[in-house]
Amino acid sequence: MCEKKIDEIIEKYRGQPSSLIHALVEIQHENHWLPREVMHRVADALAVPFAQVMQIASFYKTFSLTPKGRHEVHVCTGMTCHLRGAAKLLERVEELTGLKAGETDADSRFTLDTGACLGSCSIAPELIVDGKHYGRMTPDKAEAVLKSYE
Amino acid sequence: MTEIVLTIDGKEVRAAPGETVLAAAQRADIYIPTLCHHEKLEAFGGCRLCMVEVESRGWTSYVVSCLYPVAKDIVVRTRSEKVDKIRKVLVEELMAHAPDAPELIRLAEEYGADRDRFEREASFCILCGLCVRYCNEVKQKNAVSFFDNGAVREIKFVPEIAKEECWDCQECFTICPTSYAQAAYLLTEALAFPGQRKSHTHKTHTPTIIPIIPVAVNSR
Amino acid sequence: MTMARLQSAAELEDLRADILARRDPAKPCIAVCAGAACDGQDSATVAATFLAAVDQQKLGGKLEVRTTGCHGYCEKGPNVVVTPGDICYFEVSPTDVPDIIAATLKGEVVERLVYKDPVTGAKAVHMNEVPFYKHQTRLLIGDNPKIDPMKIDDYLAVGGYAALVKALSTMTPDQVLDEVKRANLRGRGGGGFPAGSKWETTKNAPEKIKYVIVNGHEGESAAFMDRAMLTGNPHKILEGLIIGAYAIGAQKGFMYTRHDMPLLEKHVRNALTQAKEYGLLGENILGSGFDFEVELHFDVGIFVSGESSALMRSIEGNPPEPRPKYIRTSVSGIWDKPSNLNNVETWANVPQIISRGAEWFTSIGSEKSKGTKLISLSGNVVNSGVVEVPMGTPLRTLVFDIGGGVRDGKTLKAIHFGGAMGGSIPASLLDAPLDFDGMSKLGAPIGAGGLLLMDEDTDMVEVARYLMDFLTKESCGKCVPCREGMQQMLQILTRLAKGEGKKGDLERLQDLVEVTGVASLCALGKTSGDPLKSMFRYFKPEYESRIVDIAGGSESK
Repeated sequence: MCEKKIDEIIEKYRGQPSSLIHALVEIQHENHWLPREVMHRVADALAVPFAQVMQIASFYKTFSLTPKGRHEVHVCTGMTCHLRGAAKLLERVEELTGLKAGETDADSRFTLDTGACLGSCSIAPELIVDGKHYGRMTPDKAEAVLKSYE
Repeated sequence: MTEIVLTIDGKEVRAAPGETVLAAAQRADIYIPTLCHHEKLEAFGGCRLCMVEVESRGWTSYVVSCLYPVAKDIVVRTRSEKVDKIRKVLVEELMAHAPDAPELIRLAEEYGADRDRFEREASFCILCGLCVRYCNEVKQKNAVSFFDNGAVREIKFVPEIAKEECWDCQECFTICPTSYAQAAYLLTEALAFPGQRKSHTHKTHTPTIIPIIPVAVNSR
Repeated sequence: MTMARLQSAAELEDLRADILARRDPAKPCIAVCAGAACDGQDSATVAATFLAAVDQQKLGGKLEVRTTGCHGYCEKGPNVVVTPGDICYFEVSPTDVPDIIAATLKGEVVERLVYKDPVTGAKAVHMNEVPFYKHQTRLLIGDNPKIDPMKIDDYLAVGGYAALVKALSTMTPDQVLDEVKRANLRGRGGGGFPAGSKWETTKNAPEKIKYVIVNGHEGESAAFMDRAMLTGNPHKILEGLIIGAYAIGAQKGFMYTRHDMPLLEKHVRNALTQAKEYGLLGENILGSGFDFEVELHFDVGIFVSGESSALMRSIEGNPPEPRPKYIRTSVSGIWDKPSNLNNVETWANVPQIISRGAEWFTSIGSEKSKGTKLISLSGNVVNSGVVEVPMGTPLRTLVFDIGGGVRDGKTLKAIHFGGAMGGSIPASLLDAPLDFDGMSKLGAPIGAGGLLLMDEDTDMVEVARYLMDFLTKESCGKCVPCREGMQQMLQILTRLAKGEGKKGDLERLQDLVEVTGVASLCALGKTSGDPLKSMFRYFKPEYESRIVDIAGGSESK
């Protein structure tokens, strides 16, 4: 299913080198990561050097060059969240998942990410799993939240 | 064609519109140090060593001469207390990665830079990008590129392309100020395609690898 | 219902009159906030519960339910405002819905949900009585509770697009430009640069093709007002953009925002579609002969893409590497064409300047900083949220009267403006007015307007370390002073934060701040040392105490 979608995206942008970022964003959104072989196909179809595709893919942190887990766990590390205890929350989440930011576990259950400010600073510190916000989190509440995700 | 007259280090210099301060200075035999600049490549503005002081219409600013266009009546100073301090600190920052690079050692002597001032991280690559840009603009092979961003930015060879192109070319090895490019290529070959490099000219001659000779340093 | 494209200003005004005629101002309306923090507190379920109840009990004729953008009082969400009367209910949960509906139908108030002063317990029912709101001047955000961002008619009902009508039908592009120049509207994204000047440079550039851009990137940490405005009232920004394009002579506009806000994307896409349907975008807008279209672009998750020249590279499809400032983007920007970029809040100010005039605008604010400013109040503050005050307002008003002071009964140590490129000032300077130049002189430039309160337990060394850590990850890596300089500064700050500072660390830091500040290619590197500058100015002893004497014990420098 994903393969077909990726083909469609590549075809949509064939011959349009200036749409490289758009193409990669759509593939990332669809596939949750950018396999090397797919990047070669993008390079060929969009007439862009492969090195440039790799450069863009490694530059922007929205792109993942490794497969992601079923659930994306995000700990906001924006300034307000930081002032209100995000570091301790992150420590606990790292403990619970066994992951550091950017990593995925061996069972492909979780991918952990940190990043800045999603604009809901009033409910800092925040844990966001698959886009769902868990605000005013404390380290001891983290376990219950993560347990609910298989 | 209207000529532009500016002053560099007290000397009157005539330049063409659109010329950079660096180009005008070089023509007038005024030396400005550079690291990421190369006559065959587009100006990059990455190393910042060619920074000069420019006084224009009462304002003083600091700009990179490799990119800054000449303008009427500007007064350029290639050395000053501030400019020298900038170069000194930049060299110290670069020597944290490549303390033995000949060019850096030369600059360190000139500007009184301390090679041990900052925390060492001996990656040897100073990310001047000469190899990347040369392979992209001159050879148009894109076998080596920048990856990632910020302090973890690296220059790496792309194995799929390096395998086909690099052995017969090797031109970026001599351009690299720290001999990193050569080492990076060899490492890539050893890890990604050992014994499988392609060469079309090996029958006629075997290109030599430039040995990396550590430069003897006067101990401080 | 498919709209026939409006062909003239008169048709737009007829439509507006029609919309207003069909609305009964006396009919109660329950506005549920769907701003970022309220949404994070599941205001969506509150809204759904209201809608289901109204539907089930067949109350559609008696009650309106509306989901809106950010009201501003993010701390106390989910927020609900009931009109007429602007009755404010806070921390509303789905179980409160039946009581609110019942009370509203009877013209009564649900006492337990209104504002209570934390000290005296005194209640405030109406918005103009609630301390958080009453000290504000809500020219920009005041409309948010009245508008469903998905409905252009709501915007028209509060007078939206009247400024565009005035500009297109009664003013020449030069007259519009002149109005904005005389209003002295200064950029709200952090630069504080006179917008009118920038518009003029773009307008006068020789190229025929010109672009206008909305910078909705809002990367500054703890700033969330741009997203509140753009998600809550996208048409206001769009109206400003179209007026600007008309003044400058641009044919195409770009709205650039973050990729990670689905509601924002939905609202902006919808607004562009609706504007196009109504003939407010496209060819021959309202019969004026002016053509203009807008494209929506997203960042790819890096802070530097909020820098204007980097943003333009990003729109072109290139990596967001900034260009040196002496290549002015108003002359050579996207694809080397003259491009005028302004922040969301800057564009949002344009319609009112045209409608009410430059004289009116300049009557608000201080001598050199005119109008109001949106401030994101957060950190260790009691009342966090998005607030709007006239320029020149003393910081004390923001911190205590509106913000309610420091939470958990602690005292204020410092306030921080401008995120990772700003600065901290001590509590003793709270009488300073909110002003671009004044705050810059103090070392805490307003930036985009993210104001953080820091309490007595805040470790100022850790704050600097944190900010530098953020920036090092966001550096593009092209130039040496930023890439290497910041990395070295971070290492020193990490040592200092742990209390393991080495002799000479503060001198090294000072040299790095100086060189990175002057030699970096773009504003990210150039301002990366600014928080440290303010730290050394006001909090140096804290840093000195982290230096360890080689012989053991700690020494100051």
